[in-house]
Amino acid sequence: MKIELSRRALLRSGIATGMTAAAGSALAEDGPDPLITELQDWASYTGDPVDATPYGLPIRFEADVIRRNVPWLTADPLSSINFTPIHALDGTITPQGCAFERHHSGAIELAKENYRLMVNGLVDRPLVFTYEDLERFPRENHVYFCECAANTGMEWAGAQLNGVQFTHGMIHNMEYTGIPLRTILNEAGLGAAGDLADKWVFVEGADASSNGRSIPMEKALDDVLVAFKANGEALRKEHGYPVRLVVPGWEGNMWIKWLRRIQVTDAAVESREETSKYTDVLADGTARKWTWVMDAKSVITAPSPQQPITHGHGPLVITGLAWSGHGQITRVDVSKDGGMTWETARLGRQGDKKALTRFYLDTEWNGEPWLLQSRAMDETGYVQPTKDALREVRGENSVYHNNCIQTWAVGPDGKAENVEVS
Amino acid sequence: MSKSPDTPIFIPALGGAALVLGIAFAVASRDYGSDRIETLQASFDTERANATAAVARASELETSVAELTAAADARIAAAESQIAAAESQIAALRDQVAAAGSAAPAATSVASAAPAAGPFGLGRTAHDEELAAWDVDVLPDGRGLPEGSGDVWTGEEVFAEKCASCHGDFAEGRDAWPVLAGGFDTLANPDPVKTVGSYWPYLSTVWDYVHRSMPFGNAGTLTDDETYAIVAYILYSNDLVDDDFTLSNETFLDVEMYNTEGFIVDDRPEAEYAMWSGEPCMENCKPAPVEITRRSTDVGVTPADDGSMAESPMEEQLALLGGTEWGKERVAGSVFMGPGGVAQDEPPEEERVASTEPASTESGAAEPDPALVARGEAVFRKCSSCHQVGEGAQNRSGPQLNGVVGRPVGGLDGFKYSNAFKAAHDEGRVWDEESLAAFLADPRGYLSGTRMSFRGLSEPDEIAAIVAYLGTVSE
Repeated sequence: MKIELSRRALLRSGIATGMTAAAGSALAEDGPDPLITELQDWASYTGDPVDATPYGLPIRFEADVIRRNVPWLTADPLSSINFTPIHALDGTITPQGCAFERHHSGAIELAKENYRLMVNGLVDRPLVFTYEDLERFPRENHVYFCECAANTGMEWAGAQLNGVQFTHGMIHNMEYTGIPLRTILNEAGLGAAGDLADKWVFVEGADASSNGRSIPMEKALDDVLVAFKANGEALRKEHGYPVRLVVPGWEGNMWIKWLRRIQVTDAAVESREETSKYTDVLADGTARKWTWVMDAKSVITAPSPQQPITHGHGPLVITGLAWSGHGQITRVDVSKDGGMTWETARLGRQGDKKALTRFYLDTEWNGEPWLLQSRAMDETGYVQPTKDALREVRGENSVYHNNCIQTWAVGPDGKAENVEVS
Repeated sequence: MSKSPDTPIFIPALGGAALVLGIAFAVASRDYGSDRIETLQASFDTERANATAAVARASELETSVAELTAAADARIAAAESQIAAAESQIAALRDQVAAAGSAAPAATSVASAAPAAGPFGLGRTAHDEELAAWDVDVLPDGRGLPEGSGDVWTGEEVFAEKCASCHGDFAEGRDAWPVLAGGFDTLANPDPVKTVGSYWPYLSTVWDYVHRSMPFGNAGTLTDDETYAIVAYILYSNDLVDDDFTLSNETFLDVEMYNTEGFIVDDRPEAEYAMWSGEPCMENCKPAPVEITRRSTDVGVTPADDGSMAESPMEEQLALLGGTEWGKERVAGSVFMGPGGVAQDEPPEEERVASTEPASTESGAAEPDPALVARGEAVFRKCSSCHQVGEGAQNRSGPQLNGVVGRPVGGLDGFKYSNAFKAAHDEGRVWDEESLAAFLADPRGYLSGTRMSFRGLSEPDEIAAIVAYLGTVSE
């Protein structure tokens, strides 16, 4: 595995650039391609039988498409985060197996038969549900992105991590199957809560961190889901099996995993995760709280530092992802000169609200140096700001909600680097 | 609801109309000429017969049409009443949503309509004991606090026993674990130090979090009084209370936190959204030439593509950070720091260098399986945030483990062992492969009272590997 990775790394680096270019063009000039003219093993021998891998895994050649960690970020991998390899993915759906993980005290193993969900507080009937109960409620399917509020957080004060996986990989996008939270609340009855305008729903998980967050009732009754399937199959352990909360468009920390309790309250609980964490210190030392929505953001995933140009000059596809917690992405612009001039990219498909949208710019590259940027716009008319614009308002001590325009410097050798520009 | 399935019933009706026109034409043709009267008469008879038949058929068809129309009407009526029912259901849903003060958009088409809202009679009523067990959150006004109390000095003892291995004896934080005290007047500085004292706005948050989620790896085991005592000590460490203070559900609201007024509710809509909206610039958007002002490769903290950097010990990363132009990464890192605060400053120089190269064993015993040792070295990464091995290994939140196989339990000078370890040491116990394996399988089961925040290794082959690996690291 390690050797495979190193070889991949080599292939991706400079040595390989010349070699790959040769493979692409020179061979054709030199003569017939033995891959075509000679009988290959795979065209002669049989392959694996069915059931060789009852639950399939990616082919070994894709072994570098994995989540990666930045060890210095955290004191302990039990309370840590890793990153989705977005540089190597296309389309919009994130496979569960490489979707980023974030735990506060490790990923716990909670069996369906041991699962209980309590609804209490200002409700008519405090209730307890089993997992089986949940499957008997009418359910819905929706695609949503889940972005950690700290995504790109390490980049506030300067270009730092040289890879889109690390700068923007605290995000995934899945199709969830779940029950609207309002259905669960309605089951317990909200009469006891009286006027709902100033009420809250406190949600907490079953793990040792007992991560808990307060959600205003308006959001709770809008599009929040109590989800138990993602991309058609059960949630993975690391994403909250068997049941997690889905809070569309809002920061990932609120998407409580191993959801065990839903409490209707008349005030925000002001838990650790909504006071000491997930608050944003401004330049004067004041901090913003309840900054739940993830504003519109985009990033070019290729070319990027982990995805250099290796195919030589000529046609090139620039691609990336865009998303907004306020709704739909309506447009993405791409600049090759560090933001002086922009051209509008093609959306792979009109994205869902609060879900990842793929964009492409089908273009040409002939070895000229580029300063690549992308700029997203959403249905509210919001335009993704530059890092300088964000710093102007928020100072340099923020960590969360960095939705700045990202710059990759592409050199004549096709390599890309994370930079900041004037 | 579409009415298209009803359309075919109108086709027989049109056919009937054509027949009626045909009859009219036949009747008119009687006046053509008397010389052909007989012929015509004969034709007429035939026509009349035909016409009569046609009229009869038309009449039949009309009856069918009437019947079909009636049936269709009935179906339309039924469908309309279904639509009405659905609409009233939707209206009821809308009312519910509106009553709930929600801005949820109501369903407008059947295909995407929200499913029924219930109630469905699912679930069962929660027992009081269940509510008491799980409904333990505490609000800023003190609601949810149980009766109880703890003073600063008791708190210091409990803190030393249960918290100091990570947070330091004075809540100053060890290694990269959170610092809980100090940092006053730093929030507007380039490197704000966000501690319980300098940043946390509510005391309830401290009590709630300690009570539910601490100690890390052993959450939920503190008694209410221990929690009051620990929180009292943290307050004392932050100069928020005097040393004779007792925190209780009664005195809870007397404590004033420094930063309660330091927060504003999200003002991005006013402060940012209007400024960053509208048609963006497409050409000549900034002065040329655009220059690179900062490069990530100058910082050099990115894990390598082959994973090599990701596998190196944290000290190396921290050492690298020490040489960076921008020191914010540790602040960013604090986001993810386990329980509670910011990353500590870099460890002192002598603690920073730690090699994980195993020293060769000198025991002369049978050579361990190199593959097993290599596996053990990999598994040891789980331990390396608390335990160092190799040349220059130091005690951290756990003791260094060079030569641990054959070492007396609790036998390292300068490490603050738990009482359980001290007792085992006094009994003369020594670590051997067997006892290490048993300890690693179930630390608390093997040595009740250990402060090691690790639940144990469940895979026997991992235990064997790690024990083999530890056997190769000599003093």
